[in-house]
Amino acid sequence: MNLLWLIPALPFFGGLLLVIFGSRFTKGISGAIGAGSVGLAALITLIVGYDFLSSGQDFYRHVAWNWFSVGDLSTSFAFYLDRLSLVFIFVITFVGFLIHIYSIGFMAHDEGFTRFFAYLNLFVCSMLILVLSDNLILLYLGWEGVGLCSYLLIGFWYEEEKNGYAARKAFITTRVGDTAMAAGLFILFWTLGTLNIQEILTKAPEVWAAGSAMVVLVGFLLLGGAVGKSAQLPLQTWLPDAMAGPSPVSALIHAATMVTAGVYLIARMHVIYELAPLAQLWVGIIGAVTLLIAGCSALTQFDLKRVLAYSTISQIGYMFLALGVGAWSAAIFHFMIHAFFKALLFLAAGAVIEALHHEHDMFKMGGLRKKMPAVFWTFLIGAGSLAALPFITAGFYSKDQILWYAFAGEKGNVWFFLAAIVGAFVTAIYTFRMVFVTFFGTEKTHISHPPGKLMTWPLLILAVLSLFGGFIELPHTLGHVTVFSDLLSPVLPETLLREGTESSEWGVQIAAMILGLFGVYLAYLFFIRKPQMTDELQSATRELHQFWYRGWDFDALYNVLFVRPFVFISTINKNDVIDKFYTMLVDLSTFFNKLFAQTQSGILRWYVMGIVGGAILIITITLITKT
Amino acid sequence: MNIIPFESGLMLAGILFMLGLISVLIRRNIIFMLISVEVMLNAAGLAFIVAGSRWAQPDGQVMFIFILTMAAAEVSVGLALILQIYHQLKTLDTDAANKMKG
Repeated sequence: MNLLWLIPALPFFGGLLLVIFGSRFTKGISGAIGAGSVGLAALITLIVGYDFLSSGQDFYRHVAWNWFSVGDLSTSFAFYLDRLSLVFIFVITFVGFLIHIYSIGFMAHDEGFTRFFAYLNLFVCSMLILVLSDNLILLYLGWEGVGLCSYLLIGFWYEEEKNGYAARKAFITTRVGDTAMAAGLFILFWTLGTLNIQEILTKAPEVWAAGSAMVVLVGFLLLGGAVGKSAQLPLQTWLPDAMAGPSPVSALIHAATMVTAGVYLIARMHVIYELAPLAQLWVGIIGAVTLLIAGCSALTQFDLKRVLAYSTISQIGYMFLALGVGAWSAAIFHFMIHAFFKALLFLAAGAVIEALHHEHDMFKMGGLRKKMPAVFWTFLIGAGSLAALPFITAGFYSKDQILWYAFAGEKGNVWFFLAAIVGAFVTAIYTFRMVFVTFFGTEKTHISHPPGKLMTWPLLILAVLSLFGGFIELPHTLGHVTVFSDLLSPVLPETLLREGTESSEWGVQIAAMILGLFGVYLAYLFFIRKPQMTDELQSATRELHQFWYRGWDFDALYNVLFVRPFVFISTINKNDVIDKFYTMLVDLSTFFNKLFAQTQSGILRWYVMGIVGGAILIITITLITKT
Repeated sequence: MNIIPFESGLMLAGILFMLGLISVLIRRNIIFMLISVEVMLNAAGLAFIVAGSRWAQPDGQVMFIFILTMAAAEVSVGLALILQIYHQLKTLDTDAANKMKG
């Protein structure tokens, strides 16, 4: 366990090496350093994880050094490993490693190969710091670190203006949430006098009564941070545009890890949310609304990656919903499974897009099933997991748990359940729409070359995980395996069920299964059997289609609400009012300068006259004041 | 012995100073201006001597020696400058040396 500090340190030094000496390395060495450092970190995670679990300790704390001490606040660069962070570092290092391997193949012909791996390593390091940190300040460092790397990687192909625009949009939008979170941290420190996470969790119930205004405020402010980072309503608009980055970036940052940082934050601060039922209820409401809105938008997109982006928003909505009903371990379970299958889907989509000369439009693809069988089968598995096909896919088990707790959990209710199950239905439709349109039908674009081994292997491994990852946690009705929730039970409280709901578990599952399969059938009907029906439906609901396509017009709304007024104010205040004072100073001194420059005539006798006049003046004044 | 009254000495110093000042102001030849400055300096020196004898203090004479020394130094620098001006402008008219006007 003493090796814990190496887990974030290795990617950090890998990134540092690439930044400093990167220009001298060949692509082979850069790739080896980039993937190798994360691979080593993954290996150490295994060793540390095994050590930790077999030792039976509740937590392991490693203080690297004292960061700073100001007044009462003493912040250490300390890593805190418990079972929750163990799950996260496992996913980050393993999925991260697979994505690094894939990237070696994907970016092979890119100019910025070394730069890419430097950013990617820095990102992994920041993300690990985020989940391993012992206090909220260090967590905030990681939080901003991943934000920065996200910005750098979205704008990775910076020659194109729209990529830079997307990067700035992502950065600024998440900054809105981060500001709320920072305010939350200030309040926490102000009232509790500490920012150490464990101390907060023990002190909070002593200081605050359940439901008191302050704790609700803190809950909402932290939720604000989580909403920004995890692209939930109302700050979700940045994620679809973030697809401007390379596909491995979308897989790692905008699907598997960074966007789930909000889920981690809320799960980590679960005591606060248990004290603030109102804030927790809103976590659930935001999750439920987001998953529906994003699901509907995903139905109408043409860009393969944008579908996946909206589906990510929607799936994180599920996690928020789970957090909102107090199904903590279900949320983390879905996070893990989602990381597997969504990374898989993004990587497979990246392989398709690269093979088709960077064609993003699904409707210009088609017929790829025969041409790229490995990609097709892995994509199909990922899609099955996303659509929660019953029994065989991991996504079924993780989503089923959320559906069940949304209905039967102590804080769940029928509305949450309805949102979740309608969301599941929509998910199945858009997922298989994607599969059918991309891989079936006639070939519309000729592929240039099939993906290499470096790109195929990570897909296969992730596909296996997306299939079998779910078997570590099975519901009561289907074998009742609880490896995962047992793992997390010392950290996160168990979810209590409402009275009299136990018997309905089968009903919930069957409803979910039927709706999921029906969704797949609908997609089949619309996109394989009778494609003309799609066009008819699309022209019949043109307005709605366009509305959903534009993401419920949130961009336009924010444009009117924030961007326009800001631009307006800055136009009328182009010559800053405050600046007026300073320009006046400048004008005044220029004026006097001109005036006095006239006296410098170059005639010596004038100067003498000046001196004499001055002397007489001074003497006169002295004489007058003396008497 | 007939003692010259204190006021007469100061009056003489004042008249000398004014004469020097007026000639600095009206002369255009730079050498004459320098000589006039010397006159003003000596007027100041005379005032010191007179004041020193009035209060029977040696300070006045000490100051006069200071002024003499300073005048010698000033004349050497001044004459060097005048030589340079003459080399550059081929004239001793101060109004011609107005190259640095604002």
